[in-house]
Amino acid sequence: MEKRVKYKSFVKDPGTLGSLELSEVMLLFVPNDPKSDLKLKVQTHNIKSQKYTKEGSNKPPWLNLTSKQGRSHIFEFENYPDMHACRDFITKALAKCEEEPNKLVVLTPAEQLSMAEFELRFKLLRENSELQKLHKQFVESKVLTEDEFWSTRKKLLGKDSIRKSKQQMGLKSMMVSGIKPSTDGRTNRVTFNLTSEIIFQIFAEKPAVRQAFINYVPKKMTEKDFWTKYFRAEYLYSTKNTAVAAAEAAEDEELAVFLKPDEILAQEARQKMRRVDPTLDMDADEGDDYTHLMDHGIQRDGTNDIIEPQNDQLKRSLLQDLNRHAAVVLEGRCINVQSEDTRIVAEALTRAKQVSKADGEITKDANQERLERMSRATEMEDLQAPQNFPLAPLSIKDPRDYFESQQGNILSEPRGAKASKRNVHEAYGLLKESILVIRMTGLSDPLIKPEVSFEVFSSLTRTISTAKNILGKNPQESFLDRLPKSTKDEVIHHWTSIQELVRHFWSSYPITTTYLSTKVGKLKDAMSNTYSLLDAMKQSVQSDLRHQVSLLVRPMQQALDAAFQHYESDLQRRTAKIT
Amino acid sequence: MPAIASKQYSDDVSLLVLLLDTNPLFWSTTSITFSQFLSHVLAFLNAVLGLNQLNQVVVIATGYSSCDYIYDSSLTSNHGNFESNGTGMPAIFGSLLKKLEEFVTKDEELSKEEVSEDRIPSCLLSGSLSMALCYIQRVFRSGHLHPQPRILCLQGSPDGPEQYVAVMNSIFSAQRLMVPIDSCYIGVQNSAFLQQASYITGGVHHTPKQLDGLFQYLTTIFATDLHSRGFVQLPKPIGVDFRASCFCHKKTIDMGYICSVCLSIFCEHHKKCSTCGSVFGQSKLDDASSASDKKRKAPST
Repeated sequence: MEKRVKYKSFVKDPGTLGSLELSEVMLLFVPNDPKSDLKLKVQTHNIKSQKYTKEGSNKPPWLNLTSKQGRSHIFEFENYPDMHACRDFITKALAKCEEEPNKLVVLTPAEQLSMAEFELRFKLLRENSELQKLHKQFVESKVLTEDEFWSTRKKLLGKDSIRKSKQQMGLKSMMVSGIKPSTDGRTNRVTFNLTSEIIFQIFAEKPAVRQAFINYVPKKMTEKDFWTKYFRAEYLYSTKNTAVAAAEAAEDEELAVFLKPDEILAQEARQKMRRVDPTLDMDADEGDDYTHLMDHGIQRDGTNDIIEPQNDQLKRSLLQDLNRHAAVVLEGRCINVQSEDTRIVAEALTRAKQVSKADGEITKDANQERLERMSRATEMEDLQAPQNFPLAPLSIKDPRDYFESQQGNILSEPRGAKASKRNVHEAYGLLKESILVIRMTGLSDPLIKPEVSFEVFSSLTRTISTAKNILGKNPQESFLDRLPKSTKDEVIHHWTSIQELVRHFWSSYPITTTYLSTKVGKLKDAMSNTYSLLDAMKQSVQSDLRHQVSLLVRPMQQALDAAFQHYESDLQRRTAKIT
Repeated sequence: MPAIASKQYSDDVSLLVLLLDTNPLFWSTTSITFSQFLSHVLAFLNAVLGLNQLNQVVVIATGYSSCDYIYDSSLTSNHGNFESNGTGMPAIFGSLLKKLEEFVTKDEELSKEEVSEDRIPSCLLSGSLSMALCYIQRVFRSGHLHPQPRILCLQGSPDGPEQYVAVMNSIFSAQRLMVPIDSCYIGVQNSAFLQQASYITGGVHHTPKQLDGLFQYLTTIFATDLHSRGFVQLPKPIGVDFRASCFCHKKTIDMGYICSVCLSIFCEHHKKCSTCGSVFGQSKLDDASSASDKKRKAPST
């Protein structure tokens, strides 16, 4: 039951508009404004008393519910009949709660329902009329409980929860080298504007820079001095003079950190190469960027000059930068730190790296497995013995042997009615007597009665014409479309109901608790009731459609018959155990 | 006779092979007597012969223990006997009834010799179908001018599951020969064999509801020749009982196991196929994985 109300926490409260949803177990108030956090959930058995204004007085239709904890909830309805309906519903629910105090234990799981879950169930019932019909048929008549009904529909509930998952924020595809300074043109001073986003990207792509930041700031230098040195190093790279870079690196050891190859990245690459299966035919130990070969690799600034060997460590190729940047973008944002403090960001990234490094550590067993695979790969196939596949030889036997071997089965397992020799003899005598009769008397006159012949002809004509109309020349049309709409809806609803009952029935076996035994009894009664409804429906259908409806109803009855048979046999077995 | 008519067969010349159920265990339990049944059938056969002068009729008796030809309208011994012996019986069927009586006597003697008494009281449908197909094959080989053959099964006995393989083989042979099998079941149950036979071969299957009107059913549905069936609406089945019999216990099943080599049907899981000897359950992948498991465990021990 659902009504539109205005909720008040006290009498003079202006009130909040929303909808009041009532069930025998719970009372739920949802305001119309989604942003409002004034949502109310009250268990029925927690309601102590209710007061209401009388019709005909000057007051609006109010219903005041007092809980056992002393709180009051005032609902103002749109009209007095709505208020009376809710009042009567709550009165009945309260009476049931008092009549069945022992069943509160069964209702305990309902209390643990979250507000969102409860709203979701009501929403699903509101949207799906068929689901609402089933819910009304089974839950309100107490064949199933709320939890039993929804336990088979977790997909419906889970579908909405999937939508709540947030999409992870990615990274920009702009490279760090794309940062451009601003210049005033008159002096040689350039200015770099760093945002937290840029800093995050630098830390993600260059672990050595991140580690240097943690080591030097703020003990040895300020954050501004740190970034000044970093961009000085970047400037030296952009020039073509590696000799100047080497000279400055010799003087300033802190600047040299930015000019050396990133040792952390090299270590990670070596670990990844170690995880590669050694049976793969791959030169994983050789440099995969060809920088060890002369005249290979393009410099970042696009030049192709030959570099002197002693400054080889100061080189960085464009390919390495591109690969590193792509790896970082694909890895995505692995931490959710939104802090403006640069140190917190650097430390969080370092911890994330350490965690992933621990996960990727190679254990002893993995080493052993790698060694086994390595030794197995070195075997040469042409020196191995041919493998013997475990296949049985195929033999098509003589069919006569097959049929003769089956004779024993027939004798050992008798089937069908046993016909004694005396009965056979009498039957043969009767048959010969019939032949003698027809030889003596000949064909009967008349051979067939005219009214019988007409009846046969009429029924055949009706059968053939009916079959033509049903099968027809339109394969898209099914027989259900030819039924009246009410009968068709009834058939489909019965099918849905029987599926629900049968699913719960078979999932209750084996019966291990009293709860399951009670549940199976309820389901059996509900199935008996449905069986009677099926028979009534068959009789109420018109005579020309009855045969088709019988064909449609037969699988439903077979499913119910199987359930009844299992119920009776299981009941006998459990009764025999008790005896 | 003066001159044999030349063979000029048109589309509607038919050869009807009738399989007549003479199982005494069935006829002792029916509401209609065998003599009444024979009246309808003989009148029907006379009508078929009257539809076209060149039509042929062959009757095969299907007994409890044996089968035999009891009438063949193309034999010269059945021509020329036009004397009437005073009764209402046409003399043309005198030999049929005489042979039927002899057949029943022989069938009774054969049933006495049977050791097994636990058989389902079914008739030898597979045997009579095979004999009908042999006769039709001889007709096919006599020349390209021949009447169009079809088979009509008049049966009331229940299905014998032990004949499943033989019946299905006959049905597939008839399908290959393009010979339709019409079936008229007058028993109380449904016959899965006859339903499948008519469905597979393109014949007509019908279960009459009023047995005292059998002649009307036969002339309305089953007297139609193959050419005319293209213009006539005949009863169509709403559903076909496609259940099979298992090869191990010979009982009817609707769900079971099947050998992927020879397509034998079993009602329970076997380790080996009793027809072709294939071993079930053991496959190459299972052994390969177990072998690799052993190899992995050895070094760690």
